[in-house]
Amino acid sequence: MRPLLDVQNLTIELTTRDGVAPVIDDLSFSLNAGETLSFVGESGCGKSMTALALMGLLPANIGRIASGHILFEGEDLVQASDAQLRKIRGNDISMIFQEPMTSLNPVLTIGEQIAEVLRAHQGLSRKAAWNQTIALLDAVRIPNPKGRAGDYPFQMSGGQRQRAMIAMALACAPKILIADEPTTALDVTVQAQIFDLLGDLRKQTGAAIILITHDMGAVAEMAERMIVMYAGRKAELGPVDQIIDHPRHPYTKGLIECVPHIQSEMSTARHDLVEVPGIVPSLREFGKDQCLFASRCRYLSEACLASRPKPQEFANAQSADCWHARDL
Amino acid sequence: MTRPELQEEETLQAQHPFTESWAMFRKNTAAVAALALLTLITFGAIFGPMLYPVDPFEMVWAPFSPPGEEGFLLGTDYLGRDLLSMIINGAKVSLMIGVSAALMTVIIGVTVGALAGFYRGIVEEILMRITEFFQVLPTLLFSMVLVALFGASLPMITFAIGIVSWTAVARITRSEFLRIRELEYVTASRASGASNMKLMFRVILPNALPPIIVQSALMVGSAILFEAGLSFLGLTDPNVVSWGQIIGSNRQYILDAGYTVTIPGVAIFVTVLAISLVGDGLNDALNPKLRQR
Repeated sequence: MRPLLDVQNLTIELTTRDGVAPVIDDLSFSLNAGETLSFVGESGCGKSMTALALMGLLPANIGRIASGHILFEGEDLVQASDAQLRKIRGNDISMIFQEPMTSLNPVLTIGEQIAEVLRAHQGLSRKAAWNQTIALLDAVRIPNPKGRAGDYPFQMSGGQRQRAMIAMALACAPKILIADEPTTALDVTVQAQIFDLLGDLRKQTGAAIILITHDMGAVAEMAERMIVMYAGRKAELGPVDQIIDHPRHPYTKGLIECVPHIQSEMSTARHDLVEVPGIVPSLREFGKDQCLFASRCRYLSEACLASRPKPQEFANAQSADCWHARDL
Repeated sequence: MTRPELQEEETLQAQHPFTESWAMFRKNTAAVAALALLTLITFGAIFGPMLYPVDPFEMVWAPFSPPGEEGFLLGTDYLGRDLLSMIINGAKVSLMIGVSAALMTVIIGVTVGALAGFYRGIVEEILMRITEFFQVLPTLLFSMVLVALFGASLPMITFAIGIVSWTAVARITRSEFLRIRELEYVTASRASGASNMKLMFRVILPNALPPIIVQSALMVGSAILFEAGLSFLGLTDPNVVSWGQIIGSNRQYILDAGYTVTIPGVAIFVTVLAISLVGDGLNDALNPKLRQR
């Protein structure tokens, strides 16, 4: 079966003052219909860049796709014209942004904004679009959707705005929903609600979800497969349970160890949280022919500095870009 | 144990931006007074000729009859025409030219600024060079040439004023577009498939409006001044009265009958001042940086 989305050897270059840096370096992955794939990694690893590239929304004049293909249902989005992309955006592929506070237009009511998407893509009449909008707001569990549709974004709380964003993203029943850290800006209690909502909506609509997040707990709960990104490169890819169970890349291992576990009894026996020392290398280091994680890695060897690790495939569909993957 | 009754929670409704702006505007007493005065002037310009039906071109009495004497509230000018009627009829022309010239500056300025700020690159280069070209033209001279060449009709005068004053609006619009186009909700709209036209005029422009509104309000005032200047120099339609024209035609007699020049001058001064004060009030109300909470 052909995957819904097939990204092949995607390389994105960012022009900075210091020159051109590959913020996404030779990334390949695929997404099947109805599947949830999660991108994990620290800030600055290229997760959001990947999302923007899928939408064709890389910042003009700064970022560009240097090579590779993004095949959506067989059509290469890298080659697609602006008009083709516009038809796909919001209709087949839609996106939820990180900051619900700033990603809604402050001068239009949320109802108008959702209805606009419906009218643009589905050619609905004003009235039909409005009714559909109210149904959507109801589906994302906004109480009193009829009344709230006439509210401006500043009249809503962060969680409600994120719900409105989700309603807007789901308006045209997209095949892929990209959620770029949808809960980072929200309170913990609201985070759980939003993830619940996303999970339910996914079951109802059958949309595939690309979830970009820092939250390992959310990944474990939501996603079937995950991709760990480091410095613009794929570090590890595979089924979520297996990666969490047995990470094959030292970076993944570090990330998992960073997650605190709530323990009922606070005792001295509690182990310390393990941190991953150091920081993500600067853009200047990107693209070097060596393991970029080497400076932070406790398994460092000569091979790591000699050349960029090749993906090591495992029988359980897991693959890790590390020379020591088999020893971990 | 019975559960104690909880107090009904009071929800603080956020105010609509319009309500909030109006509240801010109302705090500025001078602006409110100016707005009232401006409303009065506008009504006077519209209904005045009906309430005081004296032909401003008719010689009704001896020339240079001082205000208040012989039954003429503002006196008569050098041809014995009723000054009050001239002021009332001139108000219409002055206000009309002020508003339509300002409207023209807004239409040209917003279009140029929006295209330049949205598309950037070569479009911006070309449009901004054109803007700079108009900016460095000697404005009064250029519009005098236009009016002298193409005739002193009201539309031509309006055009001449508009064409030399749109640059400020264009620059403000461009800078607002440059700022807003990078905001997240613009990317979000793009991600939901909005076309460039929609992004420009439905997403970015409404958010860029406050400084444009303020600027165009002030533009009305400067257009009235501009028109007064042109008609003082005689570049005006001789078949209509305007305040500048009254001053211009009476300027030879300024030492003998100062009031014929002073009265229309005061009318211009008061109107332009009122517009500036309203513009200032709008600035307070709409510019969030000046807001004190």
